Amino acid sequence: MLHLLTGVGILLCAVQAIRSRRLLVSALWLAGTSALVALELYLLGAPEIGVIELSVGAGLVTVLFVFAINLTGEEASDLKSLIRKPLAVVFIVLSLVLLGILLVPGVDRAAPSAGESALKAVLWGDRQLDVILQAGLVFCGVLGVLGLLREREPEAAGEKKSEEQQ
Amino acid sequence: MMLSIPNLVILIVVGLIGIGTYALLTVRNLIKVVIALQIMVKGALLALVLAGRLQGKENLGQSLALMVIVADTIVAVVGLALAVQVRRAFGTLDLKALTTLRR
Repeated sequence: MLHLLTGVGILLCAVQAIRSRRLLVSALWLAGTSALVALELYLLGAPEIGVIELSVGAGLVTVLFVFAINLTGEEASDLKSLIRKPLAVVFIVLSLVLLGILLVPGVDRAAPSAGESALKAVLWGDRQLDVILQAGLVFCGVLGVLGLLREREPEAAGEKKSEEQQ
Repeated sequence: MMLSIPNLVILIVVGLIGIGTYALLTVRNLIKVVIALQIMVKGALLALVLAGRLQGKENLGQSLALMVIVADTIVAVVGLALAVQVRRAFGTLDLKALTTLRR
């Protein structure tokens, strides 16, 4: 029952995140989606991932969205879509039916858990390359943000110099 | 008919990916595109944890989900920073107005 309620809540929040006209409201609905996904992860037996999703997905990412919306300002987001909406709906339904056909038979062939090692051992032992990649990814993200959020100082300084020379 | 938990989670995954794809196809605001990507990734996250659980390799699925969370956050950070710079340079977040890539 709790799974069902959480699922309905997740889909409702996701739809509202797309439908709402104000970007700030969309960001808050997205935070709600993240929080409910974290709850669903907890219910599925992955509390560590749930906690990380809650703190990163619902916390950090929401703060980033609010920060970015603050910088860019609210802009009318109810513009006419580039492709016709009915066409988009038909395309999505077709692809989801195909996805469902692929996914559903796998559910019945579930294998029992067989003496598996702990998450810590899997993460730091078996998937070392992933951890190194994650560290690299975080580093790239930080560099990217530093580069992108930088004001155009060199150009402005160059313009000032040329004005002084004149 | 009562749905089993894996089937219910698959429905949520399919729903999230569907909503995200629909938004990617129809939305024209750059920040909303990042929101759509976030919604799709949440579906992938749930799918990974569920797949790990069904295959009896829960911790493998969870470690992959952890990587997806990190990658997703970096995508959001870079996407939003890009949106801020695009707004500064072009004065709009409308994707159609950006297709020319000229100032």
